[in-house]
Amino acid sequence: MYPFDYVRADSAAHASALLREHPEARLLAGGQSLLPTMRMRLAAPSMLIDLGRAAGLSGVTEVTEVTGVAEVTGAAGAAREPAHTAPGQSRAPARVIRIGAMTTHTQVADSPLVRGTIPALAALAAGIGDRQVRNRGTIGGSVANNDPAACYPGAVLALNATIETDRRRIAADDFFRGLFTTALEPDEVLVALHVPVPRRAAYLKFEQPASRFALVGVAVADTAGGVRVAVTGAGPGVFRAEALEDRLQARFEPAALEGARIDAAGLGGDLHAGADYRAHLIVVLAQRAVARALGTADPASPSSRPPAAVDPRGSR
Amino acid sequence: MQLQLVVNRRAVGLDVEPRTLLVELLREQLGLPGTHVGCDTAQCGACTVLLDGAAVKACNVLALQADGAAVLTIEGLAAPDAPLHPMQQAFHERHALQCGFCTPGMVMRAVAMTDEGVAPTDAAVREALAGNLCRCTGYRGIVEAICDGLRAGATPVAAPSDAGRAADGDVVPVPR
Repeated sequence: MYPFDYVRADSAAHASALLREHPEARLLAGGQSLLPTMRMRLAAPSMLIDLGRAAGLSGVTEVTEVTGVAEVTGAAGAAREPAHTAPGQSRAPARVIRIGAMTTHTQVADSPLVRGTIPALAALAAGIGDRQVRNRGTIGGSVANNDPAACYPGAVLALNATIETDRRRIAADDFFRGLFTTALEPDEVLVALHVPVPRRAAYLKFEQPASRFALVGVAVADTAGGVRVAVTGAGPGVFRAEALEDRLQARFEPAALEGARIDAAGLGGDLHAGADYRAHLIVVLAQRAVARALGTADPASPSSRPPAAVDPRGSR
Repeated sequence: MQLQLVVNRRAVGLDVEPRTLLVELLREQLGLPGTHVGCDTAQCGACTVLLDGAAVKACNVLALQADGAAVLTIEGLAAPDAPLHPMQQAFHERHALQCGFCTPGMVMRAVAMTDEGVAPTDAAVREALAGNLCRCTGYRGIVEAICDGLRAGATPVAAPSDAGRAADGDVVPVPR
């Protein structure tokens, strides 16, 4: 690891000011991706701006968001927030879970609020990496990093979440821009995720067994704005599978995806799985995710992981 | 940069380079080599320590990120002349090691499992142990030992961090 300067940010605004002052600086959230990248000398920022002590960046609360205002419920001293009017969003009052950027995967997985309202998101968080990684890694770090095989971007996109930054709200559809790229400005700081509570949702991934990253991960959500299916791990960045969405919009059950095919062109292939195999996995995992969302999946499977029936060394 | 933390219930204040990793601080500056560096890429878990009670991979945390925190390492589980920690005793009784390199990380990970409420079952322990790799014994003895240790309960985890105490002079100065 090359030497760098280290500064602790007091707030998102402070971090943003430091980024403007030091264009070669990087934000440090949990560090579970950034530090290994720096140690491999794939990144050499001049400065790390540690968000570990910045105020107001962690925790889970429920907010009710309606056209015109958003009110925080159940939190003392809550202030009214500007409206959330992402395109395609329902205009009716909606239950929304706000998750601070520095909330760790363990905290999301263990949050009674998340487990009670969006159990698919809690299960996703519980399946990232291993416990030691989940104790440090954060939802904001994962979403801002936008690793093409990370789990969170898939769920954030499928659940039609909104990304809150130090200056604006960005709809998930506008946020992810492919391979480690997002709509964030160079000095913009991700503050929180606003995740509308879906009618039902599930996330399943087929893990790369060593890293537990998704060879393919599929998030399916039946939301106020319709059925959304997002795919991670398969391509250069998270994307929506509109063909599968159309079928599930007509009929939200696994059988609706019988015979569906995903074009392998544009998907990634590597030593773990070819593009055609990833294309196949998308449909299989989507079907299983729908079954999981409906509560008809094998209850013996403890987490977001699919049953180990499919062999990644298979010849498809 | 100045760093103050509590390591194995002892307040420590010292100066570190920003790029110093927590595991380097422990091994090279504090003389606590029980925390091992295995893969050095946050995969094998040999460097697992408890940071404010939570298991973390010390090769993937900056020392400065632990400022003000309480760190517990394998050396802090039991004094040299005291009985072994119940989890260490369980590893001893089940002979849950071969070369022993991964053992400090395994034991620290297992100690944290009690607080996490991990059930003493084969499936639950194997899932909870996903971040720790052993390359010689296989996992059977390790998993059995952890189940025994979880059933034995009693997990003295590091006291809450107390940076104030460090500032009050109960500080062990350590040269760079």
